[in-house]
Amino acid sequence: MAYSEKVLDHYENPRNVGAFSKEDEGVGTGMVGAPACGDVMKLQIKVGKDGVIEDAKFKTYGCGSAIASSSLVTEWVKGKTVEQALEIKNTQIAEELALPPVKIHCSILAEDAIKAAVADYKKKHEG
Amino acid sequence: MSIDLQQDFFGLFGLHRRFRIDEAALEFAYHDLQGRVHPDRFAHLPDSEKRLSMQWATQVNEGFRTLRKPLPRATYLLELLGIDAGLHTNTAMSPTFLMEQMEWREAVEEARAAGDSEELAQLHTRLRQHSREVFDELARQCDDEQDYAGAAETVRRLMFMEKLQHEIDDALEALES
Repeated sequence: MAYSEKVLDHYENPRNVGAFSKEDEGVGTGMVGAPACGDVMKLQIKVGKDGVIEDAKFKTYGCGSAIASSSLVTEWVKGKTVEQALEIKNTQIAEELALPPVKIHCSILAEDAIKAAVADYKKKHEG
Repeated sequence: MSIDLQQDFFGLFGLHRRFRIDEAALEFAYHDLQGRVHPDRFAHLPDSEKRLSMQWATQVNEGFRTLRKPLPRATYLLELLGIDAGLHTNTAMSPTFLMEQMEWREAVEEARAAGDSEELAQLHTRLRQHSREVFDELARQCDDEQDYAGAAETVRRLMFMEKLQHEIDDALEALES
């Protein structure tokens, strides 16, 4: 199967690979996995006091589309508030990367990873 | 010879609808059925009968493929019981499990990069041992406890473990060649 140019670009030069300390107060960590293909994705956001996402990192074990999807969303979430980050839809990711139907689940995984990271961040700041 | 195309694969091979099956009985029933529905036996018959025999042969082969390996068998069993294992939709695995998976993948990646085939072989053995335990758990959930929601979760975990095993084997192969 041929990957689109954008997928290849992110796959060969993934943005924001790495990790923040999970214990940091401003860090939200999202871990998700896709049983059908065995892909595992960790996405972290670092949120400033004003509620804006300053930085994001990811580590993904999976196919090129999964890596590209997570790389892309780490770029997208920067500068957004956590609420705005929740508005990112898998369809936007799939469209941007021109993912074929069989790879749509990779974009779903990335969307779920953002949601999980935001949920983790919110849990830390409850009450 | 005729086959009821409505019955499920367990029925097709004369097996109880359970996760634990008698593999020798499945194998025997498969070869027996395959011999009886083989299209060559229908070569002299009208086209409609030939078409039917093709359908039977396809059903027999698909049934065997589904039941022979434990993961597709469990997924199929759950499907018959009306449980979707969520292989394509459920991304919310337990964080502890996913963290473990990450650590496994990192260990494989490091061993592969270092060309450490001994470490890879050890990972292979440890994972196989662990898989065996998890398959035992799956058998208990399906057949003894009728905990199908739990079984669905276990199937999802095993999907990740199977992928990991493939990666270890790939890495070993790459180092050997």
